[in-house]
Amino acid sequence: MSPFFIITGIVTLLGAVFAMSLRNLVHCALAMAIAFAGVAALFLQLGAEFVGFAQILIYIGAIAILIVFAILLTRSGESPDKSVLTSGWWAGIAVTAMVFTILGWAVLSSSAVPKELPAAPAASVKNVGDLLMTKYVLPLEIVALVLTAAMIGAVLIALKEDNKDNAGGQP
Amino acid sequence: MTPLQTCLLISALLFSVGFAGAVTRRHAILVLIGIELMLNAANLNLIAFWRFGAHPEALNGFIFALFSMALAAAEAAVGLALVIAIYRHKKTSNLDEVKELKG
Repeated sequence: MSPFFIITGIVTLLGAVFAMSLRNLVHCALAMAIAFAGVAALFLQLGAEFVGFAQILIYIGAIAILIVFAILLTRSGESPDKSVLTSGWWAGIAVTAMVFTILGWAVLSSSAVPKELPAAPAASVKNVGDLLMTKYVLPLEIVALVLTAAMIGAVLIALKEDNKDNAGGQP
Repeated sequence: MTPLQTCLLISALLFSVGFAGAVTRRHAILVLIGIELMLNAANLNLIAFWRFGAHPEALNGFIFALFSMALAAAEAAVGLALVIAIYRHKKTSNLDEVKELKG
């Protein structure tokens, strides 16, 4: 594996660690965008150009902006003065250490890993489009339905509540 | 270490970081960011197995990663809408203070 791949992986992991550990939420969103860009670079180096560019468009273009909007709408942009961790955070760290130990052991000790690098497969946009329109056309339609339902659901959930029955001055 | 193992280790680390953030931070939006990082780690696994596994010309892992990203986008939209609705209702997005299902 090329050293550039390792460096990209380290940058991705650093972005993820900062996204999960900084106190200010806007800085967290910025670090998250760096982590997403690193994952997109890893996709590009693995030969999955279409998924890499889709990652940039969807994650950095849409989800990061959505998260920044949510941070601003919930007025949580400034750093909190209290602790940012939950009350039982040590249990979460312990479970995380166990999960990573098991995953790393399984990856490093598995015998199902091919030893030699296979030739880079052709994943041109034409092949992907052909497959999406022939073999995977039903999942594609279902994903369209799911996205429509999610969009309508998100609008309905975030819609301002009708304030005819709350006399307490709730917005 | 083979290239596949390198990819899988990076992905396992990314998953662990996202998981640690999702279970230890008390702000709801950070939990969602952690879930997105875990989904990214899963996508990295799919692409790595597609690239280094058997029959990469069938593009199975590739298409699976595309569908997984579409579902992640839907999940993020609904999750952030829920966070905004909870904030509007309870005036907080601190998960330690959101304890009851009753409105």
